[in-house]
Amino acid sequence: MMNLITKLIGWIDERFPLVSTWKAHLSEYYAPKNFNFWYFFGGLALLVLVIQILSGIFLTMNYKPDALFAFASVEYIMRDVQWGWLLRYIHSTGASMFFVVIYLHMFRGLMYGSYRKPRELLWIIGMIIYLALMGEAFMGYLLPWGQMSFWGAQVIVNLFSSVPFIGPDLAIMIRGDFVVSDITLNRFFALHVVAIPLVLVLIIVAHLVALHEVGSNNPDGVEIKKHKDSNGIPLDGVPFFPYMVVKDGVAAVAFLMVFSAVVFFAPDMGGYFLEYNNFVPANPMKTPEHIAPVWYFTPYYAILRAVPPMFGSQFPGVVAMGVATVIFFALPWLDRGPVKSIRYRGPIYKTFLAAFVVSFVGLGYLGLMPATETYTLISRILAVVYFAFFFLMPWYTKIDACKPEPDRVTSK
Amino acid sequence: MKAIKKIIVWAMLACMPVLATASGGGVHLDKAPLTLQDQASLQRGAKLFTSRCLACHSASAMRYNRLNDIGMSDDQIKTELELPEDVKVGSTMQAAMDANSAKMAYGVAPPDLSVIARSRSADWLYTYMRSFYADSGRPSGWNNSVFPNVGMPFVLADLQGEQEAEMHEGHVAKLKLKEAGSMSAEEYDQAIADLTGYLVFMSEPAILIRHQIGWIVLIFLSVLLVLMYALKKEIWKDIH
Repeated sequence: MMNLITKLIGWIDERFPLVSTWKAHLSEYYAPKNFNFWYFFGGLALLVLVIQILSGIFLTMNYKPDALFAFASVEYIMRDVQWGWLLRYIHSTGASMFFVVIYLHMFRGLMYGSYRKPRELLWIIGMIIYLALMGEAFMGYLLPWGQMSFWGAQVIVNLFSSVPFIGPDLAIMIRGDFVVSDITLNRFFALHVVAIPLVLVLIIVAHLVALHEVGSNNPDGVEIKKHKDSNGIPLDGVPFFPYMVVKDGVAAVAFLMVFSAVVFFAPDMGGYFLEYNNFVPANPMKTPEHIAPVWYFTPYYAILRAVPPMFGSQFPGVVAMGVATVIFFALPWLDRGPVKSIRYRGPIYKTFLAAFVVSFVGLGYLGLMPATETYTLISRILAVVYFAFFFLMPWYTKIDACKPEPDRVTSK
Repeated sequence: MKAIKKIIVWAMLACMPVLATASGGGVHLDKAPLTLQDQASLQRGAKLFTSRCLACHSASAMRYNRLNDIGMSDDQIKTELELPEDVKVGSTMQAAMDANSAKMAYGVAPPDLSVIARSRSADWLYTYMRSFYADSGRPSGWNNSVFPNVGMPFVLADLQGEQEAEMHEGHVAKLKLKEAGSMSAEEYDQAIADLTGYLVFMSEPAILIRHQIGWIVLIFLSVLLVLMYALKKEIWKDIH
């Protein structure tokens, strides 16, 4: 029996790099042994991707991308399709959980300087994944064709019409119509189901290839490749298989418990994962009193609203929102600190990072709220804090009193 | 161990039910006393719904035979809900009145109620149906303190009776029963609780089973978690 399997693997190996790929990416890929809690979220993001693709395939089998039937077909899935309600809740919960794990994954990068040399390109590819994910979520949100789907899309696409000169034409090009309509629904469906998932899978593969080229960072922010034994194996590394696989496996099961708790006990999460108003069919003639994007976009939405219109145009706000999103790309070159990890940074960086987290969460909250005078004032202050974290970074990371990095990773 | 503790903290944070007020514009809403495990209550609600609400409203996503889930057999559905000859138990719930005539009569097309408990919330519905009062200034003769100037006339007036409003600075301060209906106040509140419970069920029939399935899934995953953790411990025991 074993002989047969060895022969089969040998046969494949002469035609396909099976064993060498297994070794390069799993059994002989060395990850730092001091990974902590924050290193679970990359693997969990991959798990959510698989969950979304699988549940999405079955939803697509039953959903109708037609302005007349879309809303009813979602209710058909919720009632008449066997286990349809479960598929739909898994997919809607997965959308929010994707952003939960991605935000935590990105925060990990900020804490431990995972974007620093030699991982700049890894970080940039990750940021492209993040942008693609935002597009994927935005287009998917139109598909249930409820009031929030429709008006959320209307508001966001209208942002593009504030671009000087080409704006109105650009908005028409995106919608395929003068308002969000059946045509928009159809093209968003195509992009959500085919185009963006394809791109996502490709750039996620690129993200992993880049990661395995440079190797993982770790909570100490020191390179494990500096200290190797006589066989060229990093002294502080453990093979990804089986060590990290079982460790991530524990995290995956724990994560699935949280995921299931949401799916089965609070699928709408008090209106944050599934907005109440989205259970009203889209009505182009009736604007809802209060339009709020889903929670994962609200920090940027709050920044958009915090910037006052200038020369009768919303464009400056749109620019601020765009800059707030893409500024992350520049992090590898904004950070001038002599150390990577927060463990050895000085008090100034820690203060700025804490202020940044407060501003991000605070803006996220304010983006859900109606724009009252007080709230707008707080949004403006928090938006300044948000940008200060990035724009002042070359200065404060340089003058910060850092502690010396250890030579090897520490176990605590 | 530290990592596990952190996971638990995060899990709790993620699960924390975040309270959001449904649309209502600051009107005080009474808590709906929901008893979704009580099939008799849901059946009473279904009867009230089909006999009263379906006259004008539809529930186009809801099939009659979905009432099997709350313990009604097909025969019971046909006889107790008095389905017309041409309506099959597998049909969806259509309004008796067509939408256009209803719009002519009340000024707005009565909304489909399939998922009304999800867009409005149970508390809103429970309070709304107990907040109609006589208002001679309105075309229908009725107004509502939860939904001011509502187009819908009060179709349950024979049950509750007629309430009148004590106004304070243009708002309804208090509702008082002026003329009793066929039900006592307690009986009427119970009937509306039944109806609200039914609307919650109709908005999401899976609500009756998803909690049970959820517990099974969580128990399975907790066992798996223990096994995975033991496996991890075993494999990592030589790493220091």
